Amino acid sequence: MNMIVCCKQVIDPEAPPASFRVDAGANKVLPPQGVPPVISPFDEQAVEAALRIKDAQGGTITALTMGNNLLRDVVKKPLSMGADELVLLEDAAFEDGDGWSNAYALAEAIKKIGEYDIIFCGRQAADWDSGQVGSGIAEILGLPSVTLAKKVDVADGKAKVERVIPDGYEVVEVSLPALITVSNELGEARYPTIKGIMAAKRKEPTVWKPADIGVDASNIGANGRRAKLVKLFQPVKEGHCEIIEGDSPEEAAVGLAMKLREVKVF
Amino acid sequence: MSDNKGVMIVGEVVEGKLSPIAAELLGCGRKLADDLGQELSAVIIGSGVSGLAEQAISQGADKVYVVDDALLKDYQTDSYLSVMDKVVKEAMPQIVLMGQTSMGRDLAPRLAFRLETSAALDCIALEIDPDSKRLLQTKPVYGGNAQAIYSSDIDPQIATVRPKVMSPLAPDSAKKGEVITIDAGLDASAIRTSVLETVLEEVVGIKLEDAPVVVSGGRGMGGPEGFEQLAELAKMLKGAVGCTRPVCDSGWMPDTQQVGLTGKIVTPDFYIAVALSGSSQHMAGCSSSKTIVAINKDPEANIFKEAQYGVVGDWKKVIPAFTEKVKELLG
Ligand SMILES: Cc1cc2nc3c(=O)[nH]c(=O)nc-3n(C[C@H](O)[C@H](O)[C@H](O)COP(=O)(O)OP(=O)(O)OC[C@H]3O[C@@H](n4cnc5c(N)ncnc54)[C@H](O)[C@@H]3O)c2cc1C
Ligand SMILES: Nc1ncnc2c1ncn2[C@@H]1O[C@H](COP(=O)(O)O)[C@@H](O)[C@H]1O
Repeated sequence: MNMIVCCKQVIDPEAPPASFRVDAGANKVLPPQGVPPVISPFDEQAVEAALRIKDAQGGTITALTMGNNLLRDVVKKPLSMGADELVLLEDAAFEDGDGWSNAYALAEAIKKIGEYDIIFCGRQAADWDSGQVGSGIAEILGLPSVTLAKKVDVADGKAKVERVIPDGYEVVEVSLPALITVSNELGEARYPTIKGIMAAKRKEPTVWKPADIGVDASNIGANGRRAKLVKLFQPVKEGHCEIIEGDSPEEAAVGLAMKLREVKVF
Repeated sequence: MSDNKGVMIVGEVVEGKLSPIAAELLGCGRKLADDLGQELSAVIIGSGVSGLAEQAISQGADKVYVVDDALLKDYQTDSYLSVMDKVVKEAMPQIVLMGQTSMGRDLAPRLAFRLETSAALDCIALEIDPDSKRLLQTKPVYGGNAQAIYSSDIDPQIATVRPKVMSPLAPDSAKKGEVITIDAGLDASAIRTSVLETVLEEVVGIKLEDAPVVVSGGRGMGGPEGFEQLAELAKMLKGAVGCTRPVCDSGWMPDTQQVGLTGKIVTPDFYIAVALSGSSQHMAGCSSSKTIVAINKDPEANIFKEAQYGVVGDWKKVIPAFTEKVKELLG
């Protein structure tokens, strides 16, 4: 089973909300001070989905990350979790793409990697929450896709995918090769082992430039966008919280109930 | 830009009925179509669905495209994609709207790639730019920390719309419209997936999405036991119990009860946030609640920036006393 997992490096989405800043002039998010980037959490779970298949029946896992100034410690995490290879598309020309240009470059890289049975993506990248690249890669490569997986089992050249729906899940069978996007219901990704971290340290990633995957700079990153970002802003919150005090927590609780009744919240 | 004209919505069918999001899309689509001075159409896809066209017309559509085929009984990416590709190429709309549902979030991006255009998912506001006449699509990004407005010069512009943010129109049964039947033209062998089974979580009491009161617990609840107390309070208030993601990850509550960006979006009158910090991803699912009340032992917790009323304290002390008093006040 050959598996490719697309892993994006993003600003840590769990950094405190108060540290979040937008440069409105440039329509860009300013990376928070002192908080290192991470692999987008759903992508880590996509690696986990691939590892579970590898554990059960063997196979190879190639992690694929596109961006610029990629931190080796961050992008090597899939290797330290147990992935076998790491391919980086690293160049300024790959930056600031939209779903369209990102899916295009990743699909071209996947063609170059060549052999695959399953391509995994996260359900959405934790930066722009765009949720399109997985379906885009599938469309470009002409593959069937199943989105929002919480469990993936492989047998007889097919994958059985539990796909999350609002009130539960549906079991979808798909022929391989296929593209599968992973949702958080899959469960937490494993922690890297010491052995895995050591192995990842020694492993040199393969680095490709646009020319290496045969793409023209006008079709990738910011140049290849089809969606224009007109404006990026932080919604204003006019938060005022009335804290109900009391001599004890129980007294405050009683005060809260009375206050809410008085203002007819219930 | 092309000659495409009109706004098209995809009216999702659930258990043989037009789903509530279809009415919301018709309400929103009507406004956009009127702003453009163009027509509003609806696409209804499924098996045995032709009877739903009149309803779509009464809720705002000028035209309804019906694609009725036994192969379209369940949503499958391949079959619905092929149908939508066909319908769009025939009708040539300028804008295509779907719900941000299991179907819409799967179909919209794939359709956009097939039609070589772009899509914006999970939009919470849509408007026509008065100068360019292009659709401006507003959606939360960065886990709800910011919002982005997207547009594009390529037709059709595709968007999915978050449930419950757009208002449906009052149905007008006198409204006239045209119904056009389109042959699905599907080849069963080209559908590469099949749904083997659907497993639904049993819901006891009111559904989270529909509940007027939601009592949500976070990681600070410390285990599944505390949720029994929250359930008791919720029941008293005729509400439902929700939770944050770590609670689901730990298995204290089923995944279906997660509120937030990647869980349920709820808009109750009264949201009680207990022992949860108020992360942007959680608030993305409940910040439109009318009144938010926070109970947290940390006065610095972000949830106090989001709530209107709060108590600083240990939930183990606050919740029993609060529940007791609520019971008394409800008589
Ligand atoms: C891409 C992405 C998507 C996500 N989607 C979602 C989502 O849809 N929904 C979601 O909820 N999260 C989501 N998350 C996770 C989110 O970022 C937060 O990690 C999560 O919401 C935190 O949950 P919490 O508030 O329960 O836990 P914590 O942040 O750990 O907060 C626990 C709180 O409990 C308080 N507390 C502890 N003990 C007590 C006590 N005895 N009495 C009173 N208070 C107490 C603490 O002061 C603290 O404020 C997502 C994250 C990412 C990266
Ligand atoms: N720059 C990137 N590098 C690697 N994978 C990516 C990149 N951008 C998107 N992806 C993959 O596509 C998924 C969906 O991304 P998006 O459509 O941007 O929300 C992510 O979870 C990743 O698996």
